[in-house]
Amino acid sequence: MIKAMDTVADLVTPGADDAAHGGSRRVVRVRVLRQDVAGGESYFERFEVPYEPNMNVISVLQKVAAQARSQDGRRVAPVAWDCSCLEEVCGSCTMLINGRTRMACSALVDSLVSTDGDEIELRPMSKFPVVRDLVVDRRRVFRGLEKVKAWVPVEGSYDLGPGPRISPEDQEDAYPLTECMSCGCCLEACPQYTKVETVRRDDESEADFEKRRQSAFDSGFVGAHAISQAMLFNSHPTGRMIADERMEALTAKGGIQMCGNAQNCVAVCPKHIPLTRSIARAGRAATVWAIKKLFDR
Amino acid sequence: MAQPRVLVIGGGLAGLAATMRLAELGVDVDLVSLVPVKRSHSVCAQGGINSVNALTRQQGDSEWKHLDDTVYGGDFLQHQPPVKEMADWGPRIIDLMDRLGVPFNRTSEGFRDQRRFGGTLYKRTAFAGATTGQQLLYALDEQVRRWEVAGKVKKWEFWDFLGPVLDDSGRCRGAVCQDLVTMQFKAFPADAVVLATGGNGLIYGRSTMSMVCTGSAVSRAYRAGAWYGNGEFIQVHPTAIPGADKLRLMSESARGEGGRVWVPRIPQDPRDPRSIPEAERSYFLEERYPKYGNLVPRDIATREIFDICTTDGLSVEKDRLCVYLDLTHIPRETLDRKLGGILEIYEKFQGVDPRVTPMKIFPAVHYSMGGLWVDYEKSGTGGMVEGSIRNQQTNLPGLYAIGECDYQYHGANRLGANSLLSCIFSGLFLAPSLVNVCGGKPGGDTTRLFEAEIRRQEERHRELLGRTAGDENPYALHQELGNLMTRVATVVRRNDQLEAAYDDVCEMARRWKRCAVSDTGNWTNQNVVFTKSLGDMFPIAKLILKGALLRDECRGAHFKPAFAMPGLAATDPVEKRREAEQWCDSFEANTEKWLKSTIAACGPDGDPEISYQEIDTSLIPPRPRLYGLVGGDAIEEVWKQRQGSVATSREAVVPVGAGS
Repeated sequence: MIKAMDTVADLVTPGADDAAHGGSRRVVRVRVLRQDVAGGESYFERFEVPYEPNMNVISVLQKVAAQARSQDGRRVAPVAWDCSCLEEVCGSCTMLINGRTRMACSALVDSLVSTDGDEIELRPMSKFPVVRDLVVDRRRVFRGLEKVKAWVPVEGSYDLGPGPRISPEDQEDAYPLTECMSCGCCLEACPQYTKVETVRRDDESEADFEKRRQSAFDSGFVGAHAISQAMLFNSHPTGRMIADERMEALTAKGGIQMCGNAQNCVAVCPKHIPLTRSIARAGRAATVWAIKKLFDR
Repeated sequence: MAQPRVLVIGGGLAGLAATMRLAELGVDVDLVSLVPVKRSHSVCAQGGINSVNALTRQQGDSEWKHLDDTVYGGDFLQHQPPVKEMADWGPRIIDLMDRLGVPFNRTSEGFRDQRRFGGTLYKRTAFAGATTGQQLLYALDEQVRRWEVAGKVKKWEFWDFLGPVLDDSGRCRGAVCQDLVTMQFKAFPADAVVLATGGNGLIYGRSTMSMVCTGSAVSRAYRAGAWYGNGEFIQVHPTAIPGADKLRLMSESARGEGGRVWVPRIPQDPRDPRSIPEAERSYFLEERYPKYGNLVPRDIATREIFDICTTDGLSVEKDRLCVYLDLTHIPRETLDRKLGGILEIYEKFQGVDPRVTPMKIFPAVHYSMGGLWVDYEKSGTGGMVEGSIRNQQTNLPGLYAIGECDYQYHGANRLGANSLLSCIFSGLFLAPSLVNVCGGKPGGDTTRLFEAEIRRQEERHRELLGRTAGDENPYALHQELGNLMTRVATVVRRNDQLEAAYDDVCEMARRWKRCAVSDTGNWTNQNVVFTKSLGDMFPIAKLILKGALLRDECRGAHFKPAFAMPGLAATDPVEKRREAEQWCDSFEANTEKWLKSTIAACGPDGDPEISYQEIDTSLIPPRPRLYGLVGGDAIEEVWKQRQGSVATSREAVVPVGAGS
């Protein structure tokens, strides 16, 4: 009765529905770089699923999970991957699709096939430790936000009246930066952002390991997303009250000075955030900050 | 006394609001979430958040009217004191979120701008572009991160809540959760456990909800003895973009900013929609509801869109049901400024620019009005007593529920932009109650309880991993469940279908036991986690169907044509008056019989035992919902005369006494 909601994708094993479609059913072929456990060996595995108009990489992976068979018919464990909202706003499903870092939900099969040929390659992000298959550990992204104190330092949540008045121009300037969903695309594409993988030692307590991992994170480049968030909060009337602390973080080890100005970040950002504008602003602010510090000494 | 510790499950708006406030009040919080909290489903909320504001106040608006709109829109199915408290808190909550840095859109003077949403005549809705939920969530996420750095909050991201741990007296003493990477189990003893786990759209297969909205956490609490309220009330959003993996939301704000819904008068008119002249278009919502136009409450908009396609056969396409949602008359610059985010979604996933071409949309499952039954303590002024340990508590002492997973605020139908408010409100308001819970916690060693529960969960997990030879595919079974639920338990409901569907779901639940897992490993095993959550969907699906089957009436989102009360047919004034009297008689009889919360308790085999509870309507007496009904004026006249001295104004109501 409810046709539009009823026409759900078929979840068939390859070939099972061929008879109904004259035996020439179109398929989508994918090649997935798999890894069974953290730190394990990686290997490619190929899959084939029935094609549907308008399908995205997520629906391909859903079918792969449902059939749990490789292209040559072997029973294999379903491919693991991260996703949640499927409308490019949660930041979960970042992966390398035909070599490009992007969100799997908004990667439409038709356009991939028409530009890159008929086999789609899926790989996990390379700048983060692989947990399994396409799932990576992106805790370092959130650590970056801690490092630059990406928040408004309010006194508390009791009612103290409204926030500061903000002109529409300032709101429109800030808004694009607030859309950052911590997906990590800008980090994957950045030549200065390199993988940090720490493994817990046998004799190490969980707390000690956590401390060591955090300091490893902090010694690497903090990345475009965090620099942009620092600039966002430094432009907010209340946020800027701790602007110095953010500048301290941005000029410390792993800070803005590591940016090599490759500008890959802005090219791959799925939300089109003006990351290089933020970086330029941060660069200028860092210079001013350095001079100020020199005279304050 | 040991340092108080609360376990919060779910890091969307409600969970984060509670966590922030708890940390501020000195309580340590363990925050468990299936995904990094910044990726919670709240990010998908687009349109805005409601509250009375300086502007609407001068146009005659008040907190009382916000309460009135909410309960009228919800067809009076919610207890009124919690809604009153929420409406009263509205302005403070918007101010708070503003202080936390949410980039609300601004007027030329730099004040917050507001738009109009469905079910009200006031511009009550503050918004941040078309990504208000995302912005509100991020603001709270940032504050919670601050508390994490300060050591008051410990996050457990990629962890799954498996069930509450109850002591011999039935009190909740904590929970057992599972690490989704290492698959290890862990005990979380706590002074109180808060479920903030959102809706259950995945029971319908595809919906506007995120992949984590399986409802499994709620189902696990339900099976441990928590009651579920008003399960049959599921909001079907009028406007979503049909898709194979998901039905993506097209926010109500598209209509709030002037978007018009229409179909060509000629069925499946093949012409380019832009070339179809005005006279050959039916703007059916505006025609049928001149007062609210395109902004009628959601249940009504949904039914009208559904009807014009199915009954009138005026779907834009032949093979796929859809209508036009048209923004093309609005300047591009305005659209980009106010709706940029959602228009990009349409463009990205459909490959068509909605600024140039009318969008094609159709209703989709969107929100669970029902949820875990929770209590409250009524205050002398008709709201809630702040700090009462009864607020938001389930029937299991020590187990609380907030946000979309409670049943408390939206009755039979939720108004747009009220969900963000109810989530933040219930989270903030609960925190002082939990401080009081921590103060009076029971003693006794619980080690044994947790050990036993971990053993039970490990066994269940091992049993699932061992199922490799079954003949059922969990993903296919899920799809089957979703198709069935979508067909019988969404826009139009019929008893014969519901009855048959109940049996079908029972059979599916049995078939689930024969599901084969394709991954038997013990590392990031998404296959077994999905299979487990699928198993948890059946008890909830059953209570939705049973509740819908038993409720022989139409109320809000629950529409049964067999029990609809049609408008008046007569034109002669005397006859019309008589019909209106009759209409009001049946309305009163129906109210007497059905204005009750549906309460489901989990029986053996996950079958629900349904009972009904009286509703506190002491603030605003129930009245007929007459949006667009033929003869509505006559009915209203009769109704007002009958009410006589029962005024609906605030002055006339003297709320007394406590208790729900």
